[in-house]
Amino acid sequence: MEQYSFLRELADSWALLGMFAFFMGIVIWALRPGSKAVHTDTANIPFRHDDKPAE
Amino acid sequence: MSNYIKLVVLGLVAIFAMVATNYARDLAYQVHAFIILLVSGGLFIWVLRNTDEDTVTVHPQNEYMDGVIRAGVIATAFWGAVGFLVGTFIAFQLAFPALNFDWAQGFANFGRLRPLHTSAVIFAFGGNALIATSFYVVQRTSAARLWGGNLAWFVFWGYQLVIVLAATGYLLGSTHAKEYAEPEWYVDWWLTIVWVAYLAVFVGTIVKRKEPHIYVANWFFLSFILTVAMLHLFNNIAIPVSIWGSKSVQVFSGVQDAMVQWWYGHNAVGFFLTAGFLGMMYYFIPKQAERPVFSYKLSIIHFWALIFIYIWAGPHHLHYTALPDWASTLGMVFSVVLWMPSWGGMINGLMTLSGAWDKLRTDPVIRMMVISVGFYGMSTFEGPMMSIRAVNSLSHYTDWTIGHVHSGALGWNGMITFGALYYLVPKLWNRERLYSLSLVSWHFWLATIGIVFYAASMWVTGIMEGLMWREVDANGFLVNSFADTVGAKFPMYVVRGLGGVLFLAGALIMCYNLWMTARRAPAVEADAAAAHATPAE
Repeated sequence: MEQYSFLRELADSWALLGMFAFFMGIVIWALRPGSKAVHTDTANIPFRHDDKPAE
Repeated sequence: MSNYIKLVVLGLVAIFAMVATNYARDLAYQVHAFIILLVSGGLFIWVLRNTDEDTVTVHPQNEYMDGVIRAGVIATAFWGAVGFLVGTFIAFQLAFPALNFDWAQGFANFGRLRPLHTSAVIFAFGGNALIATSFYVVQRTSAARLWGGNLAWFVFWGYQLVIVLAATGYLLGSTHAKEYAEPEWYVDWWLTIVWVAYLAVFVGTIVKRKEPHIYVANWFFLSFILTVAMLHLFNNIAIPVSIWGSKSVQVFSGVQDAMVQWWYGHNAVGFFLTAGFLGMMYYFIPKQAERPVFSYKLSIIHFWALIFIYIWAGPHHLHYTALPDWASTLGMVFSVVLWMPSWGGMINGLMTLSGAWDKLRTDPVIRMMVISVGFYGMSTFEGPMMSIRAVNSLSHYTDWTIGHVHSGALGWNGMITFGALYYLVPKLWNRERLYSLSLVSWHFWLATIGIVFYAASMWVTGIMEGLMWREVDANGFLVNSFADTVGAKFPMYVVRGLGGVLFLAGALIMCYNLWMTARRAPAVEADAAAAHATPAE
């Protein structure tokens, strides 16, 4: 029970905060200024190498 | 050398299967042992015939491995037709109970056929579609051949064996009785092996990619493969009663078992039927529309938000049960929050067509993909709404749930898969175009009208049933018996069955069209193909 209570409290405090921070970090990273060129390039991956692998 | 090891293993498996056939404690196990005997014996002979011969299988790294994808496309179309057929039949079994034939009792009554239908459409049709498209997409977006040589073929055939064992097991009564996780312990163990191989092929291909970035579709496919592995392992922790029998006992019990089951069940929807199929959406819609995805930034946020939130939504299946209120409230809140990333993804898919909306008029394949995303948006609105406790008190245990599942499964998963198949077959069989676009239009309308019949009739019957169950008279007594609700549902059940007939007819038209595409459509000519590969100036 001791262990359960400890994990339970950890889950809805630090673990929750950690995951939320990680998620917000991803959002900020995705929206960061200057990422447009990389994203445009990545979004166009499906239009290259349709018929055979890169050399 | 490796052939000798294979022969030893296959021989041992075959001998074990012979012994198992003899000692089997139940019919399902006996039949399965015999199937395994046939498969391992057949493979033994096949490997033996090829041992010490000069035949070397080559895996040219400058070509994509498309053979296994062609097989996957055929399997998808085949299992789809089987799954839809069984579904339509059991829909009529509910409307006309006489179809539970006396001579087939214990094998082909509704209770035995129903898991056959759900597993055939989700895991056989959907699973083959996911394996085939993920192998196609990961190669094209990594600019690299599949990793692991023939391991991809092992994944394909190993997965077909899972399907055959599961399907025959259901008919013969071997089941965990866990929804969408019905196969018994040895099928679970085999699926684990196949799935690890699948993960290895997929990750191996990503690792040796030639593109600097991992395209978003691969993120979705990877999260689907990893999460399904985790769900499968935890939900199937069971101890076999005997190594000679199919029965096993769950380690979890009571409410813990229920929670693990619906954690599994809802994330099977979330990661198998949503994340995996979103991987398809993020590749095939841009390809068919010939323009990149509307917002790549949004797709990154969509991915992380979806996987962070979906995993918590399971407890909404257990409102008003022994599950603590805080847990089902948590599930409910996360289900409602999930609406946002779902609709972010829908908008991203639909807006990919901005500037190319005219294609909706001319290209029935893109129409299919767009309506699929539309159904995705609709069912991801309906789902969160139904997860709210007050709504759930009306909708749970009624046909509304079944209607919701089918608008998602037929509308979203079915339609995006059909769109992907129409895209893939001309590519894989090197054809210039599909055999007939008007047949695609026929398929589109039959399937769409079929889903509308299905969903609308289930809304009516589900809400009616929920209201009838809770109706009390002035003295506080229940007004309706259960049989009253069953009687009142009859017309809607017939309409639902007809919807199934339309959907099945559309799928059969698709099978014919794809077959004729592979056989009859004009081949891509060499110089035309070369011209196609050169970007327009």
